[in-house]
Amino acid sequence: VSARPNDAPSASAPLSADEEHARLSKAWSSGPGLHGFLSDIDHKTIGRRFIVTAFGFFIAGGVLAALMRLQLARPENTLIGPDLYNQIFTMHGTTMMFLFAVPIMLGMGVYLVPLMVGTRNIVFPRMNAFAYWVFLFGGLMLYTAFLLNAGPDAGWFSYTPLAGPQFSPGKRADFWAQLITFTEVSALLVAVILIATIFKLRAPGMTLDRIPLFVWAQLVTAFTVMFAMPAVMYASTALISDRLVGTHFYNPAEGGDSLLWQHLFWFFGHPEVYLIFMPALGMISPIIETFSRRPIFGYTAMVVSLIATAFLSFSLWVHHMFATDVPELAKSFFTAASMIIAIPTAVQIFCWITTLWSGRLNFRTPMLFVLAFFFILTLGGLTGIMLGSVPLDLQIHDTYFVVAHLHYVLIGGAVFPLFGAFYYWFPKMTGRMLSETLGRWNFWLFFIGFNLTFFPMHNLGLHGMPRRVYTYPADVGWNLLNALASIGAATIAVSILIFIVNVVRTLRRGQRAPGDPWGAPGLEWLTSSPPPPYNFAHIPVVGAREPLWEAHGVAGRVEGLTFDTPMTLVTRFTDAAPDHRIIFPKPTIWPFVSAVAVAVLFISSIFTPWAVVWGSIPVAIALTIWFWPKQDENRESVALEVKP
Amino acid sequence: MRRHVCGFTLLACANAAAAATFQDALTPAGPQASHIYDLWMLMLWVCSVVFVAIMMAYGIALWRAPRSTERTPADTTESPARERRHVIAVSIATAVSTLGLFGLIVASVMTDRALASLPLGEGIVINVTAHQWWWEAMYDDHEPSRVFYTANELHVPVGRPVMVRLRSSDVIHSFWVPNLHGKRDLIPGRDLLITFRADKAGLYRGQCAEFCGHQHAKMAFLVIAQEPEKYERWAAAQREAAREPQDDTQKLGQRVFESGPCIMCHTIQGTTAQGRTGPDLTHLASRRTLGAGTLPNTRDHLAGWIADPHTTKPGVNMPAIALAPDDLHALVAYLESLE
Repeated sequence: VSARPNDAPSASAPLSADEEHARLSKAWSSGPGLHGFLSDIDHKTIGRRFIVTAFGFFIAGGVLAALMRLQLARPENTLIGPDLYNQIFTMHGTTMMFLFAVPIMLGMGVYLVPLMVGTRNIVFPRMNAFAYWVFLFGGLMLYTAFLLNAGPDAGWFSYTPLAGPQFSPGKRADFWAQLITFTEVSALLVAVILIATIFKLRAPGMTLDRIPLFVWAQLVTAFTVMFAMPAVMYASTALISDRLVGTHFYNPAEGGDSLLWQHLFWFFGHPEVYLIFMPALGMISPIIETFSRRPIFGYTAMVVSLIATAFLSFSLWVHHMFATDVPELAKSFFTAASMIIAIPTAVQIFCWITTLWSGRLNFRTPMLFVLAFFFILTLGGLTGIMLGSVPLDLQIHDTYFVVAHLHYVLIGGAVFPLFGAFYYWFPKMTGRMLSETLGRWNFWLFFIGFNLTFFPMHNLGLHGMPRRVYTYPADVGWNLLNALASIGAATIAVSILIFIVNVVRTLRRGQRAPGDPWGAPGLEWLTSSPPPPYNFAHIPVVGAREPLWEAHGVAGRVEGLTFDTPMTLVTRFTDAAPDHRIIFPKPTIWPFVSAVAVAVLFISSIFTPWAVVWGSIPVAIALTIWFWPKQDENRESVALEVKP
Repeated sequence: MRRHVCGFTLLACANAAAAATFQDALTPAGPQASHIYDLWMLMLWVCSVVFVAIMMAYGIALWRAPRSTERTPADTTESPARERRHVIAVSIATAVSTLGLFGLIVASVMTDRALASLPLGEGIVINVTAHQWWWEAMYDDHEPSRVFYTANELHVPVGRPVMVRLRSSDVIHSFWVPNLHGKRDLIPGRDLLITFRADKAGLYRGQCAEFCGHQHAKMAFLVIAQEPEKYERWAAAQREAAREPQDDTQKLGQRVFESGPCIMCHTIQGTTAQGRTGPDLTHLASRRTLGAGTLPNTRDHLAGWIADPHTTKPGVNMPAIALAPDDLHALVAYLESLE
């Protein structure tokens, strides 16, 4: 079977595989050297950069967490004073949410989605590169500020009026607000790119009901990003204009409202949690599928649950504000919504357990991380139900109980699956298999250390310990549990160190990975490990939901795409029938230059509002050159046109 | 002096006895905290049962499934009978979870109503204003002459409802005494109310629960629940103007106070000191702690606090006061006489 675009040129004589490889590689690669490095627009390169950079920030955020646990290991400790401690916990939260969790999840999507849907690159590849550079510059700005003792210190939630001009003089809160701008721009662009890729670049035959669950999760997440992020973008812009040009959005003395910030922030902030969690749900499905040798039970229920989770995640934000003056009836509504969101997640857990029930299991490291998810996330989900209840929340809100809960859902719900995903897709990304022995050490130390760190925090919260305190008195009865948590944190640190050793060793002399080392069902395993720059020499035609497991799962290949231009096939949204061919833009340095100009504008505007005026000139110049139509590209495109 | 030491020892003993319970949501001392505690126990049991049930299904699934390797052929067969069994199992599990959740929602809403229905007759009204990083308390009364101020320490009568009007003078704080009730924020530009009742006499520690900047960690206060007669005696004493200095040292201390920077921020009723930026010191010696729960209120700590508050509470808004040793000694003697 062969899908052929309507306007395909008549097939020429077949080429040898080597010749195809040489010509396609030339068409899809960027040049050599530094210029080539900065110009690269391959989704795999950009995805890898997102993942590596975000992991770097994960390590930085982890070091900050270790410092906090060191300070809290015993009562009345004077190791870290309040000024530094407040910066550290603010940086930890901001890093983990904005510089690690969201970018790494989107980065996994950028790397994997085109491979999973069977195409050659992501749409808008230059915008994708731009999104990466903007993210990188934002993160560097924040850490430069932190190292210069100008790190934000009003919490990752930056409540007004504490973060406002009166109570946070200096530039600390401005760096925080601008970091939000950087990461929002980046995340929104990647969301648009992922949605367009999933809608239009799926291999022919990949109808809606054959889209891999990971890709569904990325699609739903991308939409969540598009609806959630503008709220915080508006909120942080209003904050920075309160601080820089004397507006009064959040100043009650001048008719503003200090609670407005909380509404806007949490309208974004709660979906934010789910847009970290949902891609992780997407990672669990392929891992369970592969290591239980069974297709996931209840595909439709899984997809509907994801969509339901995304919708419901927008109606929970007030449960962060039960202690403020919210009307009673409204509180009841948000209690119900906060509890009901457990249902779609429960459905997914039930479907996975059913899959395990009828499967044949292979306990490799990726599977161990995913199996731990069930234990940790179920616990975290149940404490989430408790936090949804208004009266109970009044006691445990802003205590260590919440710290325990949020780490159970975010580490158990997102980081454990993410580590499983690292072990699972590492061979695909690098062509080498991570060590299984070190993987098991990594897993068990992480699992034990995690529970040792965070389980006692439930009790600490119930016994009255509030969050965000740099020290605590010796006579309130919190000493032992804090010491335990600090020991657990050390254990986690060791396990992460083992992971890094494993990665470095494997990259140097790890065992080579074949195209499909796990016997997995997805299209990404159809190509070599690591994939060539063009992903697939011939785009496959999909004949089943698990293409590599079914007899006619790969039902043929697409012919008629040229080998010398970066060309791929665009298909229709619902039935993925071939629509037309598209020529991709070539690598260019201008996304990088534009990102530099944008970074200069954003950072300078912290110091003077005039930067918005003068800074927009280099941005305009860079963008104009980036988008200037190129005659030779047009000629090439016209030459390839064929009459029907 | 011995009395102070004794007092502090007593406090220390009380603390030791109550070590793990005097700031604790699981040791309720009033109806509000009890309602929440009951809801907590219900939730804990329901959630534990759910957790165990899910872990059992999961454990059995892992235990019964045969093992495989990467080379084991995938099982893509479909058996309608098996499929139906699985659909039924997942549907039942989902239905049971949904029903359980509805039960918890109902319990939660009913608890919420119970919290809102505390009878408020014969209650006392306290206006609490949060400052970075201490608590100002004004005991309100119909008769203006009976109104009095204190700080960082609330006395309440056992068995009578307490209405606390919450305000903030700067950023958002949160009023939280876990043994008595959940928390309620103090938000600039808004007036909020929290009502509670202490049914057991005792000393309960509260703490700011909303991050409020530099010294959020050291913004604590005490609630002392007393028998109504004892409370009335305490309130009557608080309404009095400050005690006159008794000896020359104390007189010198008062002069130091009134001629130094202290007077800019603090009030001592019956003297010229009427500053309102810092805590009211009219009856400082009757209070148990200094610096919003930072230090026990002893002579040594008070002297250290005045000379250098930034060692124990870095960033506190009170400046270090440089005084000659004699002046400091006299000032402390005066302040410690303000019962």
